[in-house]
Amino acid sequence: MKSVLPILTVVAVIVALWYAAAVWMNAQWVYDQAARADTEVTLAEVIPQTLAQERPVLPAPHQVAAELWKSVVGQKVTSKRSLIYHGWITLSATLLGFAIGTGLGILLAVGIIHNRAMDLSVMPWAIASQTIPILAIAPMIIVVMNSVGLSGLLPKAVISAYLSFFPVVVGMVKGLRSPDAMQLDLLRTYNASRGETFWKLRLPASMPYLFASLKVGVAASLVGAIVGELPTGAVAGLGARLLSGSYYGQTVQIWAALFAAAIAAAALVGIIGAIQRVTLRRMGMAR
Amino acid sequence: MRDQGAGSPVIEARGLELTFQTSDGPVHALKNVNLLIGKGEFVSFIGPSGCGKTTFLRAIAALEHPTAGVLTVNGMTPEEARKSRAYGYVFQAAGLYPWRTIAGNIRLPLEIMGFSRDEQERRVRDVLQLVDLEGFGKKYPWQLSGGMQQRASIARALAFDAEILLMDEPFGALDEIVRDRLNEELLKLWNRTGKTIGFVTHSIPEAVYLSTKIVVMSPRPGRITDVIDSPLPKERPLDIRDSREFIEIAHRVREGLRAGHSYDE
Ligand SMILES: Nc1ncnc2c1ncn2[C@@H]1O[C@H](COP(=O)(O)OP(=O)(O)O)[C@@H](O)[C@H]1O
Ligand SMILES: [Mg+2]
Repeated sequence: MKSVLPILTVVAVIVALWYAAAVWMNAQWVYDQAARADTEVTLAEVIPQTLAQERPVLPAPHQVAAELWKSVVGQKVTSKRSLIYHGWITLSATLLGFAIGTGLGILLAVGIIHNRAMDLSVMPWAIASQTIPILAIAPMIIVVMNSVGLSGLLPKAVISAYLSFFPVVVGMVKGLRSPDAMQLDLLRTYNASRGETFWKLRLPASMPYLFASLKVGVAASLVGAIVGELPTGAVAGLGARLLSGSYYGQTVQIWAALFAAAIAAAALVGIIGAIQRVTLRRMGMAR
Repeated sequence: MRDQGAGSPVIEARGLELTFQTSDGPVHALKNVNLLIGKGEFVSFIGPSGCGKTTFLRAIAALEHPTAGVLTVNGMTPEEARKSRAYGYVFQAAGLYPWRTIAGNIRLPLEIMGFSRDEQERRVRDVLQLVDLEGFGKKYPWQLSGGMQQRASIARALAFDAEILLMDEPFGALDEIVRDRLNEELLKLWNRTGKTIGFVTHSIPEAVYLSTKIVVMSPRPGRITDVIDSPLPKERPLDIRDSREFIEIAHRVREGLRAGHSYDE
């Protein structure tokens, strides 16, 4: 209970600020309408109108909530107007990309710690890859993959993987290198092979680092999948909802899609956190 | 050669030199070290920090490589001796894996060395009993006190039946009361198993209480300044530390340490 109260306080403050901002930002339109119709409006008349516009500059929280409710619960999940439908399209690309990125990240990390040439060469490239803006590289990936007949899920997953492999490489290299010299010496006194050192010491020691990276990685994957939907003008997915919302000035729809993405990200991170707790407890590493 | 071991030689160093190349130039960690350790002896290495105690123990374990001289373990090179599982090594920190139970930690060398499942279980049970940790096999390391963790790490080193036990300040991080008890237990264990033990410490009472042979070392360059064969009997109650003989040996060790230091001035 003690932790709930501060959270609720913060949420209440944010919602209040949001309403204030919505009134302030949408008021101009109300005044413009009134001027056009040659009528006067009082402040008491303005406020309700700012919170009920069809295309507000900043939708009010209850409008976003209503739109979310309508497009999540009020539609069949197969409907093009259902956020579940669009969310799933994005989520499937996210999960596939996350799986590819995680696998690639772990493989690279294993290579880096076992091979001096890889240690020296891979990391700079990995870092360089992340300095290129994803918005610049996403269209190229999609165009190139399209030209060899790959479209839909896979190009988006590749962009997802492009963003998510990096935290996994960095975290896993750190984790696999976390055993200290004494622990490595101990295994040397047993004549342990590199493989045994990896499976019995390095890999288990890296688990806390892996999970920390996976949480960052899965959020990055979702961003990658959404970004991957923008340049194609995709017709389905959260990115497509954002895009069509902005074409037609449907700000309420944009915000609803944004919230759907945020909720999905929070859920993904939460799921990984739960797996982390179970795994580390099973391993005896959580107290 | 300075003296004869109690049994046949297990560890032999002749003219041993070990120099580390560092960015500030060479560090002469061991200089002309000559030593014979016989089977079943309990040998302590004592000296101020930096005198090469750890380096010598690590050289015996083939974790460091001498730059000159001869070092044999059971008549073999240290590498060959390691491959024949000649020794178990106990570090200053217990270094138990937090993700393994106490039994799992003790099983670690047995898994790597390819003992059968049944044999692993039998040995884990035996060594847990040997270090007085029966009933703790299923606990995780963090559930045990520091002294118990160190006992578990000794059990881990004993599990594969090495003839030699190398211990580098194994009780250095523990308080004196726990340390006294573990010293007593270590002596009992040594009596029961007849292993050859190399033991690094910088506590004079600990060295005198435990050892059949005390090797006094001094730094820059690291070398042996005195080797004292203890006349104390094999059975040693804790109050032997008040006996005249004990005090005399302790005095000689102190003298040896002081003599080593005079080089610095
Ligand atoms: N890996 C190493 N590289 C360079 N110098 C080292 C290394 N290990 C030990 N030394 C140096 O060798 C000397 C002996 O060290 P050590 O054997 O650890 O001493 P002790 O265990 O007696 O305190 C010290 O001067 C130490 O700084
Ligand atoms: Mg030392």
